[in-house]
Amino acid sequence: MTDILTIAPRPSITAGKPLLEVRNLVTEFPLRTGIFRAVDNLSFSIEPGKTLCVVGESGSGKSVTARSILQIIDAPGRIASGSITLNRQDGSSLDLAKLDPRGKLIRSVRGADIAMIFQEPMSSLSPVHTVGDQITEVLRLHLKMSKAEARAEAISLLRQVEIPDPEKALDRYAFQYSGGMRQRAMIAMALACKPQLLIADEPTTALDVTTQAEILDLISRLQKAHGMAVLFITHDMGVVAQIADDVLVMHHGVMKEYGPVDEIFHAPKDPYTRMLIGSVLKLEQKAEIRLARPPLDTTADPILDIRNLTMEFGELKALNDVSIALLPGETLGIVGESGSGKTTMGRSIMRLYDPTAGEMHYRRANGQVVDLARLEGAELKAARRELRMVFQDPFGSLNPRMTVAQVIGEPLLVNGIARGRQLDERVCHLMEQVGLDPATRERYPHAFSGGQRQRIGIARAITLNPRVIVADEATSALDVSVRFQVLDLLMRLQDELGLAYIFISHDIGVIRYMCDRVGVMYRGRLVEMGEAEKVCNTPDHPYTQALISAIPRPDPRDRDHSRRFRYTEPSPYTEPSNVKNGSSAR
Amino acid sequence: MADIAITNIRPDRAAVASQWQLIWWAFKRHRLAMVALFVTVAMYIVAVVPGFFAINDPIQQNARATFHPPQAIHFFDTTKGFEFGPHYYPLKLTRDPETLAAIFKEDTTRRIPITFFGRGYTYSVLGLFETDIHLIATTDKAHPLFLFGADRLGRDVYSRTVQGAQISLSIGLVGVFLSLLLGIVLGGISGYYGGRIDFVMQRVIDFVLSLPTIPIWLALAAALPQGWPATLQYMMITIILSFTGWAQLARVVRGRFLSLRTEEFVAAARLDGVPEGRIIFRHMLPSFASHIIASMTLAVPAMILAETSLSFLGLGLQPPTISWGVLLREAQNIRSIATAPWLFMPGAAVVVAVMALNLFGDGLRDAADPYNK
Amino acid sequence: MLKFVVKRLLWMIPSLFAVSFLAFVLIQLPPGDFVTTYIATLASSNEVIDQNTAASLRERFGLDQPMLVQYLKWIWGIVTRGDFGISFEWQQPVSGLIWERMALTLVLALASLIATWALALPIGVYSAVKKYSIGDYAFTAFTFFGLSIPSFLLALVLMYVAAVEFGADVGGLFSSEYETAPWSIAKMFDLLTHLWLPVAILAVSSTASLIRVMRANMLDELPKPYVTTARAKGLSEFRLLVKYPLRIALNPFISTIAWLLPNLISGSVVVAIVLNLPTAAPLLLQSLMAQDMYLAGAFVLLICALTLIGSLISDILLALVDPRIRLE
Repeated sequence: MTDILTIAPRPSITAGKPLLEVRNLVTEFPLRTGIFRAVDNLSFSIEPGKTLCVVGESGSGKSVTARSILQIIDAPGRIASGSITLNRQDGSSLDLAKLDPRGKLIRSVRGADIAMIFQEPMSSLSPVHTVGDQITEVLRLHLKMSKAEARAEAISLLRQVEIPDPEKALDRYAFQYSGGMRQRAMIAMALACKPQLLIADEPTTALDVTTQAEILDLISRLQKAHGMAVLFITHDMGVVAQIADDVLVMHHGVMKEYGPVDEIFHAPKDPYTRMLIGSVLKLEQKAEIRLARPPLDTTADPILDIRNLTMEFGELKALNDVSIALLPGETLGIVGESGSGKTTMGRSIMRLYDPTAGEMHYRRANGQVVDLARLEGAELKAARRELRMVFQDPFGSLNPRMTVAQVIGEPLLVNGIARGRQLDERVCHLMEQVGLDPATRERYPHAFSGGQRQRIGIARAITLNPRVIVADEATSALDVSVRFQVLDLLMRLQDELGLAYIFISHDIGVIRYMCDRVGVMYRGRLVEMGEAEKVCNTPDHPYTQALISAIPRPDPRDRDHSRRFRYTEPSPYTEPSNVKNGSSAR
Repeated sequence: MADIAITNIRPDRAAVASQWQLIWWAFKRHRLAMVALFVTVAMYIVAVVPGFFAINDPIQQNARATFHPPQAIHFFDTTKGFEFGPHYYPLKLTRDPETLAAIFKEDTTRRIPITFFGRGYTYSVLGLFETDIHLIATTDKAHPLFLFGADRLGRDVYSRTVQGAQISLSIGLVGVFLSLLLGIVLGGISGYYGGRIDFVMQRVIDFVLSLPTIPIWLALAAALPQGWPATLQYMMITIILSFTGWAQLARVVRGRFLSLRTEEFVAAARLDGVPEGRIIFRHMLPSFASHIIASMTLAVPAMILAETSLSFLGLGLQPPTISWGVLLREAQNIRSIATAPWLFMPGAAVVVAVMALNLFGDGLRDAADPYNK
Repeated sequence: MLKFVVKRLLWMIPSLFAVSFLAFVLIQLPPGDFVTTYIATLASSNEVIDQNTAASLRERFGLDQPMLVQYLKWIWGIVTRGDFGISFEWQQPVSGLIWERMALTLVLALASLIATWALALPIGVYSAVKKYSIGDYAFTAFTFFGLSIPSFLLALVLMYVAAVEFGADVGGLFSSEYETAPWSIAKMFDLLTHLWLPVAILAVSSTASLIRVMRANMLDELPKPYVTTARAKGLSEFRLLVKYPLRIALNPFISTIAWLLPNLISGSVVVAIVLNLPTAAPLLLQSLMAQDMYLAGAFVLLICALTLIGSLISDILLALVDPRIRLE
């Protein structure tokens, strides 16, 4: 397929009419309390064959912008004013904003001139229709193909998006596909009628970083082949740097900055843009607090020594013979993609799961060593006071029916450490320690933002003067601007309280910023272990190399895709789905 | 405030609002449900002290009043100008000379005033004390007021309907309470322990749910000896109704338990060293209490309908016990309802009660989870 | 898929046995037995039966044996010979009494099921799509009313209206001239002209609850991303509605057979008694009163078995239409 794609001519950039021109777009949601402006006076244009990235944090209105173009905004949203001019191939122009959202005209544009792909490929595909059915539908609708023609074309499309065995894959259901395959199928569906513009709404957010790299490659190759423009919605500045021609930065529904990608990254004017880029660049190196700290005593006895830990869920080996040691005062990163077993590891250490085999030797403050894997009853309870956990989900991990004071104070109360006024004072002190106003302690979690909630979670973790904290994707649910505040808080507390961290994350950047050493997990096994600098910059294991190579670098001047490759397990047990002959596996 | 459903409350108040406060705010927005709540509360007040709301003794027979039609209360007296004075006119009984059928004619010459909080027959308030004060009382004992008419024995249908509320409404509550007890224990065990216990319990629940209730109730009710005292009969019927009612509630409880078991805040509590008992009562129970209450509210009307149907068929409560189902037995044959359609009035009470409870429960269910995920 | 069906069918066997045992225990529950009732009936007409006669009667009917033995004998007869025992009251085999009535019960339940679906499906979808429209409010009002009125009351009111306004008797399933006549085309037609009223009465409450189910299902599905995908493809609103959310909302709808059938059969019992229909219900009531245990037992057993079969059918249908279950 690669050959056909590369010989396809790339359309010359005409200085003439842009493909799509949005002027003063306002999209509103009438709510009970008044009108909410999700998009406020936005203007931009997309040239044929070019890529425009719309970037912003959650609630910036970027997704609503994308949906406004096709008039598929969720109820009760509607376009209040502005124009969206589409210059069609036949030379005619159409103002999409003026069309009836249910009318024939806008329907002839959807899927034909402009196609769209979404964030969640699983829920964006119907669970009870075959993938083939959903692809042929659009062919038959717009191109009036016969059933047989549509089927043949759908097979060819699936082949183009590098889905193995497309004849069979056509008759499968979305839930029988893997995450990356589903997004490929979505792309095949979107490209069926050779649209002029592809709107991609966070198409890689739900995917692992290596899969993301493949999907991005695929989109850009197809883009070149078809001469198609792409409107790419994302929150990830790294992705923006890699694929954008132009960038539009949004914040709370308004445009912050709009310009060529190089300008945005190398000469940002708006402070918000600068903050966004700054926070990504920060992740390119170790934190300043970390660099200022004296080096760790690597000869000390480990505080936690995990040996041959195995955890099986029925057939599945979530953890396979993992051995790793945590030094006192150290931040140990565990990195891996979904299904690597990193979360299982954190939960096994906390004994939320009972490991199938292996030992976890924990050295108490008095030098006594206990095996966490064997502890029961009161001893386990005692150990759990010293090992604490910070959860990923700042919404789900706090009981919404308890006030913050109750949440933070509960460990003290149930362990009989403090009650009454004394408890109240301790809670206030803890809240100050994590940077929360103690006056807000009678509030319920719903009154706090995501970052504040994560601080509450951290306060709860440090109540019992722990020695080890397991943080499972503690910052993944947060926007970049908040993420650093929480990371810096964790590091400050570490120095103040002499904590050791096991920091579980899928984000190499966060690991590099925060961790002393890092272990890389892949399918339940620990494949590499070493100094964070070393592993993140010059890894030894091919899987780690593939993982690092897949991370989009936040610099538009560094777009060398050739170093990217996919790791295939060199064992006879390799699943066929892992072997792909895509061009990304160079 | 991105994650609570109610957005029209001042943020500083919402910040310190507990779950029940949030549920109440959400519920209040549902206007129909508020009306239903009002009606439900009013009906249960009537059920607690039916004697106060009744006008005539519900078991008092009156041969002269057989199939006495309903009378209206007139509020304004226009004979001497225009003045407020609630009253009614007695009906005169005559007979058709040929068919001998009874004919009731309003006698507008005799105005009988009614009084509020006046004295009537003596009744007992929940068996605690006796009184003869009534909301509405007539001043002429010889010509009683029949608001909903009278039945074939000349008993006052209105007072009997009011009296019936006590049994019919309470049987729903008690039945649901029994079902809930079974449902919470069995569903809770099933959901909390999971595994094989859960599997077996699930099969049992599925099985019970797939049984047609009425034939089973009929068979069970037929097993009750006819001569039992009223209270025992009442208890047995409630138990029979809960025999099938628990399965639905058990399923709800189990579902909630299962989903809560995997909630991170429950895992967090476990790591905090919170004992099992406190996890269940402090963390899990408050999280589904509102859902359970909503499910209960929706189960009460089903129980009321069931009691009514059973008693109507003669297999439930037996006269002289007064329940809406027993009263509707009077309307069983086409001839009596053709002459006295007002015998349907207890049926109207059933419809109003069930509808109010359904609407109330529906609103409660919608408001039960004020936290968006 | 085959494995699923086989598993589901095997599961029917213990369920049916459980039901049969339950039915038998239920009819054994009343204190005394048919002979006691029989003696009481005779006593009221001043006939006295001595202990010996009573004992021999009991022996003849096998009432003197332990319950488990009686049950095993009974179930053995049913499984091997389709013999449900003898009706004490009618003095003839139970199987001769029940089948026509059971068939009519089934016809009534199925007709109500079809009517319920035919009404609830489009109304539920309409209510969800036109949420908070006048039509939606009207149907919602209907559903709450339908859920609140006991079916026997509805039957009574309709009978009253028919009798008083039209002077017609709407009870029964046949006109008097066909009641005892053998089955014929004319009798079938006569059945149809009588069937609509009980069907309408039964369908009201089940339609009401099903409309709510369908509306809620559709409201769950409508905001799902796959609907947006379909819209972004350029499908017309009607087409995408029918193909995607409706199709998926149909799955929980199909599973409603499992509880709809027991509900309809339950409801039909009371309605049949009020309208005096020649279905199983009036005879069941009568046999329960008379402690005619084999007759009552046969009815309870068959009615329960019918609902079990209903849930079997709904599970298999569900697996057929939902690939997520089929391919598991």
